[in-house]
Amino acid sequence: MMYGWIGQTLRIDLKSGKIKKNTLNPELARDFIGGRGLASKLLYDEIDPTIDPLSPKNKLIFVTGPLTGTYAPSSGRYMVVTKAPLTGTIGSSNSGGYFGPELKYAGYDLIIFEGKSKKPVYLWIDDAEVELRSAEHLWGKNTYETEDLIKGETDEDARVACIGQAGEKLIKFACVMNDKHRGAGRSGVGAVMGSKNLKAIAVKGTGSVKVADKDCFRKATLDCYEKIKANPVTGKGLPRWGTPMLVNVINAHGIFPTKNFLFGVFEGVDKISGETLADKILIRNRGCFGCPIGCGRVTEVTDPKFKGKGEGPEYESIWSLGADCGVDDLGAISKANYICNEMGMDTISVGGTIACTMELSEKGYLPTEDIGLGRKLCFGDAEAIVELTKKAGNRDGFGNILAEGSFRLAEKYGYPELSMGVKKQEFPAYDPRGVQGMALEYATSNRGACHVRGYMISPEIVGLPLPVDRFETEGKADLLKTFQDLTAVVDSSGICLFTTFAIGIAEIRALLKSATGIDYTAESLMIAGDRIWNLERFFNLKAGFTSKDDTLPQRLLKEPMPEGPSKGHVAMLGEMLPEYYKVRGWDENGIPSEAKLKELGLEK
Amino acid sequence: MVKILSINPDKCTGCRVCELACSMKQTGEFNPLKSRIHAILLEKEAFYLPITCLQCDDPFCARICPTGAITRDEVTGVVKVEEKKCVGCKMCLLACPFGTISYSDGKFIKCDLCGGDPECARFCIPEALKFVEAEKAVYPKEKLISEKLMEIYKGVKL
Repeated sequence: MMYGWIGQTLRIDLKSGKIKKNTLNPELARDFIGGRGLASKLLYDEIDPTIDPLSPKNKLIFVTGPLTGTYAPSSGRYMVVTKAPLTGTIGSSNSGGYFGPELKYAGYDLIIFEGKSKKPVYLWIDDAEVELRSAEHLWGKNTYETEDLIKGETDEDARVACIGQAGEKLIKFACVMNDKHRGAGRSGVGAVMGSKNLKAIAVKGTGSVKVADKDCFRKATLDCYEKIKANPVTGKGLPRWGTPMLVNVINAHGIFPTKNFLFGVFEGVDKISGETLADKILIRNRGCFGCPIGCGRVTEVTDPKFKGKGEGPEYESIWSLGADCGVDDLGAISKANYICNEMGMDTISVGGTIACTMELSEKGYLPTEDIGLGRKLCFGDAEAIVELTKKAGNRDGFGNILAEGSFRLAEKYGYPELSMGVKKQEFPAYDPRGVQGMALEYATSNRGACHVRGYMISPEIVGLPLPVDRFETEGKADLLKTFQDLTAVVDSSGICLFTTFAIGIAEIRALLKSATGIDYTAESLMIAGDRIWNLERFFNLKAGFTSKDDTLPQRLLKEPMPEGPSKGHVAMLGEMLPEYYKVRGWDENGIPSEAKLKELGLEK
Repeated sequence: MVKILSINPDKCTGCRVCELACSMKQTGEFNPLKSRIHAILLEKEAFYLPITCLQCDDPFCARICPTGAITRDEVTGVVKVEEKKCVGCKMCLLACPFGTISYSDGKFIKCDLCGGDPECARFCIPEALKFVEAEKAVYPKEKLISEKLMEIYKGVKL
């Protein structure tokens, strides 16, 4: 009998159609917790890291955490773990909504997909009954249509995670969408699903999640709820404005990347801020399952040019499709965002890739006729972001090049340095020249440029849990390691990273200990985080990555920020990276030492 | 003073924490199906409504119950099912106009306000659910209306 975890896993061989139920290995669960950690361990053990991510040899894991489906704060999460096609690194993308908890109520902690189906299929899980069904009639449908059709033929209360046209067409930044509006967004996990001819997973569960010590778990949860309520970000900012509250904050620090990271301040910021969103297109606030924060936004654009309805845009999407492309039309940004959700694409990479295209075009490096819009592409072209988003999702004309992401696109035209990203994944919405910890985070994140592996914005900009000087490099390596390890624990436990504005390892330990009955300590959990981080690193090293890949585009390293509150600064990665390797217990080439691996119990 | 569970759909975010809090308190497990309260999510209309037994003053379920197993506590206002008297005829399910009484694992599932400290309200951070004195339940709505009127009034004065 396991507590927190269900104790059962599903293994689906898509080639033969065989479905197997297995017992979850309790030792692995203890050491890798669940979610991102546990699935990374399974992937590491089961696949050769050098394989082509879109080949049948890759595996695709849908995984929950021991806290998923309980009332631990914001515990409606699940993750998709696989070798990522955009980066070639290990990939794990996280999503909320209702799908993850439903999978646990049906009786499973995780699903491993292997091989490739000959024909399009979807998996229908009705508690103990699990079957692969034909998805030929669903192929070509967008995510909304797919969800509605599947609910129609299974159960109206089923929860669905699926891909849209983007995943089917192996767009390198295709995501997995669930509950229509939530997405496991980054690194192209949706393309892996498409490569396996797997259109969707639908699940309906009637079982329970049990915890070991109910009273302690209740106390630990209420303690978290109180802290979340009292915290200015989780208690006020996020519930009131959603993630777009950051638009003004980040712009005011001069780190709001504008026009493909040429600038750090966007003059049209007022038109795309969280306040403007609330005023112009907000219908109501929305929460994922089990979340006391509720940062989701249900929105509607009535402008006939960009008419649409859905959820978002989130802060990152407002930025990538907006400021990064020099666009200040909230209607166009929202429309492009809705299209991304419908077709199943990561808004960050879509926006970043269009921004890169705009710079190439403005500079004359990209022939206008290649783009096929009948006009030269310039920053600020609101219609273009909508048109190009559609083209990318359909691999239509120039979309075929966009679909490969900014790095491959810029490389094709001879200017790879104009792709703003790391390890071929586009940056999120913070210019690291004005926040040094983020520079180190981007360079070292195990899934390429990413803000949610160690969100240094929290201490460096928001001042939580403690404010630190954002231009300073000293001490950042140490702090980042703590953030990265903690985040690995959070992602593995099944709660949302946003809770960590208000709670830390002590509270998470209280939740995990009482839920699972395992005598976790704050220290043992941080070691688990370190273990997960090193395992991911090891996967990437085996996949062929070296310390040379732990870098940033020359623009951020060499060209000082031209204006605004971060004027004159560059990303001082060289000052921090050697220290970071040392703090991690890695050698000067970024390779974990034998002693470190032994300490973490990772030696073979 | 009798306290009631005040429900404000405008504040509900659809997180369903109420279902988790309820099922844990009532059954010791997390299972939305076993919850006495359900957040109904009308996604197309973006309307979310936590709904549970409204503890009617003159409950249809009690009226129809052939064995008198359902009674209303005059002091607390809670409508209760006495398990010993219940024969499981399920007429109460039929009679309840709101569908907030249900039958599972050979038992009736119905909100009893957790004996006077409803767990759902305790866990509802957006305050869509509040356990308040009945007479004061209308205050927030009145306040909201006053604020709107104030704005209009200010405009008129200009």
